Amino acid sequence: MRIRPSEITPEPVYRARREFLAGIAGLGAASALAGPSLAEQIMNVTLIERLNYKRNARYSTSEKANSLADITGYNNFYEFGTDKSDPARNAGSLRPRPWSVVVDGECEGKGRYTLEDLLKPHALEERIYRLRCVEAWSMIIPWIGFPLGDLVKRFKPTSRAKFVEFTTLLDPRQMPGQRSSVLDWPYVEGLRVDEAMHPLAILAVGLYGQVLPNQNGAPLRLVVPWKYGFKSIKSIVRIRFTEGMPATTWALSAPREYGFYANVNPEVDHPRWSQKRERRIGSDSFLSRQPTVKFNGYAAEVASLYSGMDLTRNF
Amino acid sequence: MMKLNANLATRWIAKPLVFLLCLLPLGWLLAGLADLAGFVQWPAAGLGANPVEEIQDTFGIWGLRLLLVTLAVTPFREILGWPRLLLFRRMLGLFAFFYVSMHFLWYLLVDQGLDWRLWIEDIAKRPYVTVGFTALLLLIPLAVTSTQRAMRRLGRRWQRLHRLIYPAAILGCTHFYWQVKADIREPLVYCLVLAVLLGWRLYRYRKRASRRRAEQDAREYQQASGAGLPVQPLAE
Repeated sequence: MRIRPSEITPEPVYRARREFLAGIAGLGAASALAGPSLAEQIMNVTLIERLNYKRNARYSTSEKANSLADITGYNNFYEFGTDKSDPARNAGSLRPRPWSVVVDGECEGKGRYTLEDLLKPHALEERIYRLRCVEAWSMIIPWIGFPLGDLVKRFKPTSRAKFVEFTTLLDPRQMPGQRSSVLDWPYVEGLRVDEAMHPLAILAVGLYGQVLPNQNGAPLRLVVPWKYGFKSIKSIVRIRFTEGMPATTWALSAPREYGFYANVNPEVDHPRWSQKRERRIGSDSFLSRQPTVKFNGYAAEVASLYSGMDLTRNF
Repeated sequence: MMKLNANLATRWIAKPLVFLLCLLPLGWLLAGLADLAGFVQWPAAGLGANPVEEIQDTFGIWGLRLLLVTLAVTPFREILGWPRLLLFRRMLGLFAFFYVSMHFLWYLLVDQGLDWRLWIEDIAKRPYVTVGFTALLLLIPLAVTSTQRAMRRLGRRWQRLHRLIYPAAILGCTHFYWQVKADIREPLVYCLVLAVLLGWRLYRYRKRASRRRAEQDAREYQQASGAGLPVQPLAE
């Protein structure tokens, strides 16, 4: 197999990754593997850094996880193109190190922080989550991350903070898909503060035990497993605490079709397709769809967040 | 002699070639299925992580493409002055019908998985499914009456019936446009091509109509002005 020069991780990036890993809470220096595996080369990812983490069995499903090829080759990440295979092809131009995140809005901890400082106090966990896309397909993904709520607490949101707004990087040179205005860039997503504090909501920095590939939202992304995938914003550069509900990208793009809450719900169809069933990518029975479960199967944990709310109207 | 050779070339070379070209998308899907089933190792033909959707989209897009190619035959024939292009139209139209039908059958039998309640709900409730299904229904009588015999039997009505391809193509493009999430660029290209193909026909129709009107006007003028009266000898 021939590897194009653009697919090889440039040395500064490689070094930065190693420094980044060495910096994670003294979790031990990263160990480089012999070289990228065939699958990694095919998918244009160079997963050379293993992360140190503990599996969180309580919040992990026992369902069989999707292959690395599926997880890194079938992505909705419009910043790199609208075809599912575009992100794997085009995300090489993203430079996930060095990285920093701006924190502002209704909180005491305003400022701009390096990724290393953001991650330092957090122990990484593996959470094997279901991911349900609004397009009626789903995967099982072994994320590596830490609870979003633990990070939120560090910024000491004020009593006025009711929502958390997240923003993706805006840089058409790194994210060529932003040159066309299919969506209103940069991508913005948000959660209610109580949703953000829920232990199931995590920030992911890796998957399959290794650093997050670019096409999966490197270096820092949200994972909210009871909501449709588009809520789980990727490559975050800004976290803002607000009093009012953030205007989120898909809700702005098509307000009839995508709401702020976007909880997985088989009882509320998308105006153009049914949400009752989903196709599990990579499953042995990929020919048939399986029933979609309310809150993506996490109802026992999260349903109380929405008690008294009309989920048909707040879709 | 030249004419015979051209006929033979069309029949034995060009037509089989176009036939094989039209089969390529199907061949690609079969190669992908063989790879998926593990009969061969050919990841280049791979159907990706979601083969069901990939196969359905491939059938659909080639159905629409061939429908537009079929509609392009007449304009190209007249603009390029290649009357022989007409000989390919039936084959192209039938291939379009084949891919559209496969798109529908795949959706029905595989994507929706034989659950007739879901079919009815989808076809009735989802506008993009409704228009796509209507387009397929419009194409059925065209495929059925594509034989020489049907053409002879229907005479002038054949042409009128086969104008159903216009609404079918419009519905097909609408179907594509309505099912994308945010990136409408690709369906817009198809809509644009269709608009050019139909616009050319409208232009030609209006030009012909105005020529007919002008000829009619001239005839009427000549009649009224006595130009049509029999010539008679003029006495000196």
